[in-house]
Amino acid sequence: MTIWAEHRAEASAVQQTDLNPTQAGPMKRFVVVFLLVSAALLFGFPAARARQSSDTPPNGNAQSGKKLFMSDGCYECHGRQGQGAAQTGAARIGPPQLSFEGFQNYVRKPTNQMPPYTSKALPDQDLSDIYAYLKSIPMPPKGKDIPLLNK
Amino acid sequence: MARQTKPVVDRRNFLKGAAAGAAAVAAGPAAAAAQPAELKRTVPPPMSAAAEVEVPSGAEVLTADRTGSDFMVDVIKSLGFEYVCANPGSSFRGIHESIINYGGNKSPEFITCCHEESSVAMAHGYYKVEGKPLAVLAHGTVGLQHAAMGIYNAYCDRVPVYVILGNIIDVTKRVPGVEWFHSVQDAAAMVRDFTKWDDLPISLEHFAESAARAYRIAMTPPTLPVVLVADGDLQEAPIPSDLKIRPAKLTTEMPPVGDSGSVAEVARLLVAAENPVLVADRTARTPAGLACLVDLAEALQCSVVDQAGRMNFPTRHPLNQSDRARAAVGDADVILGLDVADFYGITHTYRDQIERTSRPGTKPNAKLITISSDDLYIKANYQDFQRFNEVDMALAADSEATLPSLTEAVKRLATDDRKRAFQDRGVRLKAAHLQALERSRDAAAFAWDASPISTARLSMELWGQIQNEDWSLVGATTFVSKWPQRLWNFDKHYQYIGNAGGYGIGYNAPAATGAALANRKHGRLTVNIQCDGDLMYAPGILWTAAHHKIPVLHIMHNNRAYHQEVMQVQIMADRHSRGIANCGTGTTITGPDVSYAKLAESMGMYGEGPISDPKELGPAIKRAIEVVKRGEPALVDVVTQPR
Repeated sequence: MTIWAEHRAEASAVQQTDLNPTQAGPMKRFVVVFLLVSAALLFGFPAARARQSSDTPPNGNAQSGKKLFMSDGCYECHGRQGQGAAQTGAARIGPPQLSFEGFQNYVRKPTNQMPPYTSKALPDQDLSDIYAYLKSIPMPPKGKDIPLLNK
Repeated sequence: MARQTKPVVDRRNFLKGAAAGAAAVAAGPAAAAAQPAELKRTVPPPMSAAAEVEVPSGAEVLTADRTGSDFMVDVIKSLGFEYVCANPGSSFRGIHESIINYGGNKSPEFITCCHEESSVAMAHGYYKVEGKPLAVLAHGTVGLQHAAMGIYNAYCDRVPVYVILGNIIDVTKRVPGVEWFHSVQDAAAMVRDFTKWDDLPISLEHFAESAARAYRIAMTPPTLPVVLVADGDLQEAPIPSDLKIRPAKLTTEMPPVGDSGSVAEVARLLVAAENPVLVADRTARTPAGLACLVDLAEALQCSVVDQAGRMNFPTRHPLNQSDRARAAVGDADVILGLDVADFYGITHTYRDQIERTSRPGTKPNAKLITISSDDLYIKANYQDFQRFNEVDMALAADSEATLPSLTEAVKRLATDDRKRAFQDRGVRLKAAHLQALERSRDAAAFAWDASPISTARLSMELWGQIQNEDWSLVGATTFVSKWPQRLWNFDKHYQYIGNAGGYGIGYNAPAATGAALANRKHGRLTVNIQCDGDLMYAPGILWTAAHHKIPVLHIMHNNRAYHQEVMQVQIMADRHSRGIANCGTGTTITGPDVSYAKLAESMGMYGEGPISDPKELGPAIKRAIEVVKRGEPALVDVVTQPR
């Protein structure tokens, strides 16, 4: 692993609690995001509806989400089942460890290495579908219960 | 301009002149004394006008018992090279023929490579297992241009590759046409920014002296590549059998060691610290380095973070905190970097957004210390030296050579009170190590049964088949999320050799083959986790392994992409909020999918796959290992998750 990659890995390891919006980055990007969110609210985009949700996204379709997870590149860093990867620094998100609201906030305004997915590039409905897919992934057994992992 | 009517003095006619000189030596001491200089010259003495217009006679010398290239092989043998890797080239045809006939093709044995970058990478991997360099032969122009990336990787990885270039300096000795394209005024110039030393010998004595000098320079830390140019005429000119020249005596210099005062101060800081951390990277140049690092860590009962530029520290040693590196460094009050390639990186975090930012990852008052031979040799152009380290102490010395005196100093300074504190610390670190191992096992369980196969599953299926063998993992684990280091039990120096150094793709397959060549005589089972994109650079290395019966098991990490670049393009698309589904364009290796098993078979080696069902992987690896144990290379193609 490169040191750069390790930084990403370490960063991702703490990202569950690293969601403080005051660490969102430069002011100009904050302004852009603010305008996008304002526009979404003004025109009734799904982003406004998504704010009302918690664990369960509105109208999430897991089958559609699985396709979007691949086509929109989420799998590239997080793995095809959202298992995460130390090399990429991407956290394990399958199944997700955040509520939908926290998940959505992080995807839109990541505070670490993850690139931002705006609602322009990834509409809220698609994000809801992706979340539904990730929620559908079952938890695996513990590592100690897989013999090959204990050799 | 008058048309030249004199016969051209080409290389072949030059032999006559050289033979005449040799005849003069044979005629007696007086005659020899009159021409001592000529015997050492690259270029023959100017011919007389009479000689130049002389009509070739039946006495023309067309053969020679011994030429300069034979002596060059004597020199190469004196340096202890076991192998010379090369793609054949006419500019070093003299040395080539002398190696295989005069030298008996033994020590060195000629290893046929299909690309000069493969030649260099083989030497790169070989050194990191065997601890001594291989020679590489290449054209001074087209060969070196192919080899340059490999040399740069070796330079960044502090590996002494010994490159010998063929070239023809004298314009009157070049055959019109190709030899002009393959000749250069200053052959080594192209790689001078990332080699340690080079020379263009103009006599055989000069060659002997510079060959020994190059070897010593290459092998003195910081160990780095060197280049020696073997002029074509010097290779092919006859030499008399009684020529009084010999290879130069070779002595390797002792590595630079930290001065005693600085070492004592470092020891004082380490002993007084509550949470010292030792960061290793290219620390263990030899097996002794690993043992020395264990000694120091155990004397202090302190954390070790292994960046794995080499196999520095046992992965299951309770003091190994590599899997919680950031936490260990963040809690430290003294951090000692031991030949760390990027010490700034380990002490800072970095964020790659539109505005790139970094911040310290250490406590404000943490003492930062480095011991590195890199400080003894830094060039300006290529930026492998990384960010400037604002450290409290920087010892310009080889860390492996400095460790024994540092450990002794620590033991002298450790009072009984401090030793009790060390023991308590050791207990805490052992618990943290076991927790980290458990976390890694739990993380590996995710996507355990997935298809394509997860990199954790791939790593553990391989481990399941080799753990009771005398194994050596010679491929970089960077792109499989370092699962082997996180889950396997490494405790020997040859069990891991780090990565390319310069992250130049195309290194891994040939470096693994070179490492396997080194492992062959030790009877080790060489295994390599091989990325598909890397193999596609120069797949001819598979043929080299089959041809020379180099036993190595390649397990393909076939994610069907130059995946690092998939992610990089994705970052840009996300940043611009456009086309986020297009990032496979120009980055993936699909349509058609490559059949690496068939590729391997076409090169004359065992191939199996593609395998995408994890349940089929273990048995496939087992079958391939049986092939490798028979002394042949094998490849198992595994379709994998990205990382």
